[in-house]
Amino acid sequence: MSIEQSPPPRLQMRGITKRFPGVVANDHIDLDVKAGEIHALLGENGAGKSTLMNILYGLSRPDEGEVLLDGQTVQIADPADAIARGIGMVHQHFMLIPVLTVAENILLGTETMANPIFIDRREARKRIIELGKRFGFEIDPDAKVESLSVGWQQRVEILKALYRQAKILVLDEPTAVLTPQETVEIFAVFRRLAAEGHSIIFISHKLYEVLEIADRITVIRRGQVVGSRLPSQTNEDDLAELMVGRRVLLAVDRGKSNPTEPVLKVENLKVQQDRGQEAVRGVSFNVRAGEILGIAGVAGNGQDELVEAITGLRRPNGGTIQLADQDITNWNVRQRREHGLGYVPGDRQKYGLVLGFPITDNLVLTQYYNPPFARGIQRNDGAIEEWAQKMIKEYDVRTPSSSVSAGTLSGGNQQKVIVAREFGRDLKLLVLDQPTRGLDVGSIEFIHKQTILKRNAGTGILLVSAELDEVLELSDRIAVMYRGEIVALVDGPTANKEEVGLLMATGGRAQTEGTPSSGGPGAAPDPSGRGTTS
Amino acid sequence: MKKRFRSYAGKLLIPALSILLALVVASILIIASGLVGPDKQLDWTLPFVAYSALLQGAFGSVRGFSNMLVAAAPLMLTGLAVGVGLKAGLFNIGASGQVLLGGFAAALLGARAAGAPMWVAISVAMLAGILAGALAGFIPGALKAYTGAHEVVTTIMLNALIQLTVSGLVTDVFRAPGFTFARTAPAGNATLVGLGTTTLHFGVLLAFLCIPLSYWFLWRTTTGFEIRSVGANPTAARYAGMNPRRMIIMTMSLCGAFAGMAGAIEILRLGYYPAVFGTSIGFDGITVALLGQGNPIGIMLSALLLGAMRAGAPLMQIKAGVPVEIIDVIQGVILIFLSAEVIVRKIFRLKAAAPGTGEIQTFTRTYGEKVT
Repeated sequence: MSIEQSPPPRLQMRGITKRFPGVVANDHIDLDVKAGEIHALLGENGAGKSTLMNILYGLSRPDEGEVLLDGQTVQIADPADAIARGIGMVHQHFMLIPVLTVAENILLGTETMANPIFIDRREARKRIIELGKRFGFEIDPDAKVESLSVGWQQRVEILKALYRQAKILVLDEPTAVLTPQETVEIFAVFRRLAAEGHSIIFISHKLYEVLEIADRITVIRRGQVVGSRLPSQTNEDDLAELMVGRRVLLAVDRGKSNPTEPVLKVENLKVQQDRGQEAVRGVSFNVRAGEILGIAGVAGNGQDELVEAITGLRRPNGGTIQLADQDITNWNVRQRREHGLGYVPGDRQKYGLVLGFPITDNLVLTQYYNPPFARGIQRNDGAIEEWAQKMIKEYDVRTPSSSVSAGTLSGGNQQKVIVAREFGRDLKLLVLDQPTRGLDVGSIEFIHKQTILKRNAGTGILLVSAELDEVLELSDRIAVMYRGEIVALVDGPTANKEEVGLLMATGGRAQTEGTPSSGGPGAAPDPSGRGTTS
Repeated sequence: MKKRFRSYAGKLLIPALSILLALVVASILIIASGLVGPDKQLDWTLPFVAYSALLQGAFGSVRGFSNMLVAAAPLMLTGLAVGVGLKAGLFNIGASGQVLLGGFAAALLGARAAGAPMWVAISVAMLAGILAGALAGFIPGALKAYTGAHEVVTTIMLNALIQLTVSGLVTDVFRAPGFTFARTAPAGNATLVGLGTTTLHFGVLLAFLCIPLSYWFLWRTTTGFEIRSVGANPTAARYAGMNPRRMIIMTMSLCGAFAGMAGAIEILRLGYYPAVFGTSIGFDGITVALLGQGNPIGIMLSALLLGAMRAGAPLMQIKAGVPVEIIDVIQGVILIFLSAEVIVRKIFRLKAAAPGTGEIQTFTRTYGEKVT
């Protein structure tokens, strides 16, 4: 890197200020990114990272401040303008059309025409293959996007930006959906891109990843830049403190568990996924009162179906489920909940909340029909409000009032509403599916602490998480799920990360079967269709 | 307090602007209608003459005012038949058929009870209408809940089925002897007669009672909460232990009951069921519900507005020479602007609404998800 000649930085954002009613989302933010640099933008949910990037991508206009590209002040009118100026964005949720091929997805909107009527597919294919080769991931342009694993879909998104000749790539939490192995692979791609002179803005709140990949780290808190660090001069604790504004316990003290009798007994459970394939293939295990059983596994190995079967959202095809000595295999959701089941769902916006409803309604979504929240057939709004106030305080939900709709809260606060609702009553079994997905360190710390408290109070907890670190940190016992089976059951506190990771990837068998869902370079579409979560 | 006001103002904005735009569009047509009329002259003031005559027709006399209420009553009920469905995420365009089946059942049972004391006869006939309407709503509800068949498709088909079947039955099986045209036997004491010299009848009171009742039901009861939850997020409702299938069937039946009641009061006002019962109240309910944003109070106000236009239209035709059909044009244009909210926002340079599951979105969303 020859920064000595000091050409103007590729991108400069100077004094960017953006106000929304009641909040200053960006307060005089300065950011500069050099050519060939991987610049990490770190901050809690709602700190203002997305607002800043939306300004860069032309999705919103700053109230104050200017954006300079290669030293020139520019006005970015809209995303099309941003793309034309060499800014590419890879969103957390992919903007791909599953039924089209890789090439078709990449071409969409920038079709190279052979003549006025037909697209020049040959030329397009050639360029896609060339680009892939140059950055170390050869991809089959004719593969259908739906047949690709999440990791490869992400690469298609990156290719899309590169095809449009992006020089600045903004990646919004690119690793949130990836397995550890895929993360390693995508980081190699980033390094290659940077080496070729591309600038990368990497948004994340995973501290160790930022430390690993970034050349420079800018931390944003409450709309302001609170610090800038070089990875060599900082560590996770320092970054977490900058981000949250106080000392954060990155690993909760789980203490000792005192498990007693089993509250959940699953025996030879078989569950099919929507397309009729067997996703859970004869699984048996127990969860005891006062312990956390973690389920580790690469996404799409049957965890979703297992959780749905236990919580009553999906009918099993065989086997039995017992909750506190009652066979609940054929019970409906309400019966299970009344028998002491709590459930924090993996998809909080789809399952956990009614976004258009106020926080009050969401806090009683599962108990609205019971006294004191109901008097006969009527709602008792007084009692609901009182309960909501108590829960908001107890679970530290940051909100202007209990009557705002859940959709206006940040991800972390939305999750706290769900946690308050599910944790806030007496339970025998609590099922936690990805309880901290997409949350910042402050919220993660809070939810982990509450989980330990709930365990110590004698609740049996089933924890399913794609974050291996989370499973390792909280679980008293760990079950590893691979292709619909539990392939290993290990002790939590003494578990070894590499060992569990290997079990997740191979199921403990010979490696000839290939690693699930990562796919090799130029991966042929995975015929079994695994690795795609539904 | 201020915030609450603002949120109400925000909800009223689009409907109000849609009405305004519809009046502007209609003005152009009214001016154009002057050009093709017998006098063939360009009269820029014609819209004002027409609209003031419209207002005068509806509010200028006791008779006009009562006509307005009588016209508004069935619209309120069909508005609820669509609006309550929207709250559950259902788009009931079967109100039309539900009205006919309700009216038919009311006419038959009314004729049976024709000799009974008035209140007994009316109660029997009304109840028959409500139940028949509920049945007509239950069928698409059950089909959606158990097979995933989209209610828009099934209710459209049921509309045709009910209309033709009922019409056939009236001309054949249930044709009353002694009349020159095909109709059912007179409803006798079940007929809803006007109060004094006005056209006001018992059904109007019933329709107005349904407004606070549905408001209470939707927002104050636990079942109403379930309906709204299923409408806003069916997967979350299921996760929370509610039963979306049951809610869908129940809501569709309830919607049908409202429409059936509307049909019953319209038919009992007439006193019999004619072989060709042409009424647009079923489809007008869609405009009423969307204009009222699915809210019972909004539905009441919208029904009154549409009722006023219906009641004032004859005077408008006399005074301004503008055909009464212009009312249908206004109504149609309002509906277009409501459902194409984006256009209204563009015209008035308004910010886009927060994405959500509003009633309009239910209306414009055409895909159907399988219910589990």
